[in-house]
Amino acid sequence: MTGELTRSGAADLAARIASGEVSAVEVTQAHLDRIAAVDGSIHAFLHVDTEGALGAAKAVDALRASGGPLSPLAGVPLAMKDVVVTQGLPTTAGSKILERWQPPYDATIARRVKDAGIVMLGKTNMDEFAMGSSTENSAYGPTHNPWDLSRIPGGSSGGSSAAVAAFEAPLAIGTDTGGSIRQPAAVTGIVGHKPTYGTVSRYGLIAFSSSLDQAGPFGRTVLDAALLHEVIGGHDPADSTSLPQPVAPVVAAAREGARGDLKSVRVGVVRELGGQDSTGYQAGVLASFESAVGSLRDLGAEVVEVSCPHFGYALAAYYLIAPSEASSNLARFDGVRYGLRVGDDGVNSLEEVMSLTREAGFGPEVKRRIMIGTYALSSGYYEAYYGQAQKVRTLISRDFAAAFERVDVLVSPTSPFVAFGIGERIDDPMAMYVNDLCTLPASLAGTPAISVPSGLSEGLPVGLQIMAPALADERCYRVAAAFEAAVEPVLSSIPELVA
Amino acid sequence: MPDATELSGSSVSSAGGRIGRDDVAHLARLARLAVTEQELDVFAGQLDVILGSVARVSEVAAGDIPPTSHAVPMTNVFRPDELRPCLPREAVLAAAPDVEDNKFRVPRILSEEV
Amino acid sequence: MTLTYEDVLRRYEPVIGIETHVELGTVSKMFCGCATDFGGEPNTQVCPVCLGLPGALPVANEKAIESTIRIGLALNCSIATWCRFARKNYFYPDMPKNFQTSQYDEPLCVDGYLDVDVDGETVRVGIERVHLEEDTGKITHVGTSGRIHGAEYSLVDYNRAGIPLVEIVTKPVPGAGAHAPEVAKAYVTELRDILRTLGVSDVRMEQGSLRCDVNTSLSPAGSGADAGRWGTRTETKNVNSLRTVERAVRSEILRQAALLDAGGRIMQETRHFSETTGDTRPGRSKEEATDYRYFPEPDLVPIAPDPEWVEKLRAGLPELPAARRDRLRAELGVSAEDMVQLTNAGVVALVGATVDAGAPIGEARNWWLGYLAQQANSREIDAADLGITPAQVARLVELVADGALSVALARQVVDGVLETGQDVDAVVAQRGLKVVSDTGALEQAADDAIAANPDVADKVRGGKLPAVGALVGAVMKATRGQADAAAVRAILLERLGVSE
Repeated sequence: MTGELTRSGAADLAARIASGEVSAVEVTQAHLDRIAAVDGSIHAFLHVDTEGALGAAKAVDALRASGGPLSPLAGVPLAMKDVVVTQGLPTTAGSKILERWQPPYDATIARRVKDAGIVMLGKTNMDEFAMGSSTENSAYGPTHNPWDLSRIPGGSSGGSSAAVAAFEAPLAIGTDTGGSIRQPAAVTGIVGHKPTYGTVSRYGLIAFSSSLDQAGPFGRTVLDAALLHEVIGGHDPADSTSLPQPVAPVVAAAREGARGDLKSVRVGVVRELGGQDSTGYQAGVLASFESAVGSLRDLGAEVVEVSCPHFGYALAAYYLIAPSEASSNLARFDGVRYGLRVGDDGVNSLEEVMSLTREAGFGPEVKRRIMIGTYALSSGYYEAYYGQAQKVRTLISRDFAAAFERVDVLVSPTSPFVAFGIGERIDDPMAMYVNDLCTLPASLAGTPAISVPSGLSEGLPVGLQIMAPALADERCYRVAAAFEAAVEPVLSSIPELVA
Repeated sequence: MPDATELSGSSVSSAGGRIGRDDVAHLARLARLAVTEQELDVFAGQLDVILGSVARVSEVAAGDIPPTSHAVPMTNVFRPDELRPCLPREAVLAAAPDVEDNKFRVPRILSEEV
Repeated sequence: MTLTYEDVLRRYEPVIGIETHVELGTVSKMFCGCATDFGGEPNTQVCPVCLGLPGALPVANEKAIESTIRIGLALNCSIATWCRFARKNYFYPDMPKNFQTSQYDEPLCVDGYLDVDVDGETVRVGIERVHLEEDTGKITHVGTSGRIHGAEYSLVDYNRAGIPLVEIVTKPVPGAGAHAPEVAKAYVTELRDILRTLGVSDVRMEQGSLRCDVNTSLSPAGSGADAGRWGTRTETKNVNSLRTVERAVRSEILRQAALLDAGGRIMQETRHFSETTGDTRPGRSKEEATDYRYFPEPDLVPIAPDPEWVEKLRAGLPELPAARRDRLRAELGVSAEDMVQLTNAGVVALVGATVDAGAPIGEARNWWLGYLAQQANSREIDAADLGITPAQVARLVELVADGALSVALARQVVDGVLETGQDVDAVVAQRGLKVVSDTGALEQAADDAIAANPDVADKVRGGKLPAVGALVGAVMKATRGQADAAAVRAILLERLGVSE
């Protein structure tokens, strides 16, 4: 029974809870048991809120018993990335500098999840302040990929992706600044979507790069991800960059796509991302991508190759813009108002204590990016670095605009590689950064993109990325759902974890 | 495993020499990081490679290209001048490393206010 | 060798510039809904946004934007059609985020001017820019000195953090010569009157809602408007009263002249004015030049004021002090000399407002140049900061005109208003201050005074009329000043059988 519950998807669990076939408490307890059994080897969670989760589940069961209206995901468990501020629950963003911090408020999306009766199981591991592609940059140790415990689960939302792939939770929330939802989804064999910038509130996300950060859903199916997307999306007056628009009809699009018809859908293969101008991609990844494109064609889609000549500059632009904004966003961690304080011995000055605190509280990748950003914003360098990067951003948006005049969606591999080994790239920052090659253009343009499993290479999952124009998130879901229905489910071949 | 230089559009400048130990020390001071001697060397090498690579942005964007600061263009997002509840003071001070007289206590400050 | 100011000004040409920070009087803060009230218990007016908690995001206060545009319009500025906030990055514990959300190369208002009168001459002060930013928290230094130097530690209260702050920056003002200190003071006075008239701030320098930094440089006499020949400027901070504006400029002119005369060089630096010593002292020198690493604030979207909105705000501006002065002069017949006197005392706007509230111009003038000016002087503050409003003064004038108060009683009412902050009628009622017009009571008091002072009474009877003053005093004392002195005198003379 318990094993069967954790294998079920969110849509299925919600329906069974609503019908009374199982209680929310049973579903929650099954997932808590699973976490207790396997998280010792996965380390997806930084904090498990057993009491809070069971309390929320009980409330759903009570509401159902009293005949109250249940929202579509009521009683379904969820794993929350630790970058999302949760009132009274530890929130560290994977950093030592926030160890033991208990926020006095809730992020808008945390509030929306709770209000929807979704049961938050706990907070998931991540690269410190979302900086990384492997979850190795967590101050609390790495998360292990449930497909192969010696490999990374992707990052920065690797705790969330691993939790969903390891059946510890049917749903999770991640954040994506340069690919931090899509790449972990790809390398763990699940679905992850980065919504259009401005359509999911950033209020209460611990900021990495304000103009790029966007929260989004993880699920084992496209429909599950869509159901969660509709809970967290929509306008929030507390976020000035939140668009005053209703959330895109992604659930309807997922259901429509599942009927498997992509006739009259024009799909563009990006020549520079997995198309004919691609070097440096693993052969197995390219093979899986070619086969995926074939499947789309089989579903009736018209496939053409398009060129986006400036996508090749996305990596450079991203690694200027994101660190620049981060250097400013992370300045507040200074040991004055909250968090770690180091070196306050009664002799050291405030300046020394601040510097010692930040030195001790931040890991090497965070320090590197703070210094890159500090450099790029310095007078004398601003125009050549930050200013130019913002112009590249304009060129990338223009490439997208031109491409979307010809096609409805663009496709590429989500990542050039399958999950690599823990420790393999940690000492070579540039080798780590190229993980984001395929995901960065949509981040810089603020456009939506989804990763859906496309098959296996060397026994490890590969993801297909589907990109759409701004505010057309439903196109990602429709095409992804059609594709999902047409291919062998990847997760069915995940090795059973030995508890 | 492919490395950065093999990937399309990400050729790393091998020019080097942009960033030395002194530059790292200067950046660390600006960013309030008490980096160690050993870190000065490691970061100098790494930042040099990274900044050499990202400097490619200057190859492409011409002067007449407008910069994008916000991916989705919007203007005039305001809130009305209305009161909202503040945090209870216990919650404000609960996380503080050091408190005295309901204020945040900090060690002696060397620099002048700006 | 002692330098005289006159001597210095024969040889050097001062150029001044003034940066003014004004806390706006909005109900809530710039980017969140916390209260802006002055004097709250420490750290009770804060929320995740103004405390800079991880994850919190700003949303701009529309009223603050509107107020800034109105200030720009009143200062004859152009209003930007599109502009952004920027982050000014530096570490300081009074800033919860370790950056200040401000404006950099895209201010809301640019290129205006303000005409000020100094000794009957009009000087045009150019306005470089008016921009909007957020205030910082307040630091208390704890230790023997109570100052930053030698403090053992410091305490931070973030109630003030995030209050909307408008920065108004003048262009350099050359050519004022010996009048430079007066021009500086006249500019701040006029600016303050404008801000008060606009109703955008309570402009109380002593509470810090209006703060000035003054830039001063000297160049050789005759350099005039040739910016290339201007000397190195210093920035004097801590200029927190109108008097200080003038004193700080004068003392900095003298200090720089002495240094230049001795063959020294002026360092570009920040200096602090000391009220006690009356001169400026250097700030602690910085280890390296500050690099604020400005960039557009990604958490806020650009501001693009609708031209129709701007025109509506322009049309809705109140009558500004200069226009009011012209009207006072023209309509109410205030003489040119009176106007200079009123201007120098900084009470033009107050007199105008008192007239607007119903008082005759003569009475309004007499109060503000007379008793109220004395009270301000004795407290070493400006009349505007006394805490009595033009409407209250107009009410006093009305009560005196009605005979309900004597002038002496009205002054007591003023004292009461200043002490308690209560309204005029409340003070009158609470202290029982009214003219005693009950003749029976006055006659009784007169008889008592005569009985108690037989010697004085005899003198008066003997023809020494001025001696009756002592008896009048006694009666006034007995009636706590509430009698009309002329009436008391008449009654006393009558009871003593003496005629004038």
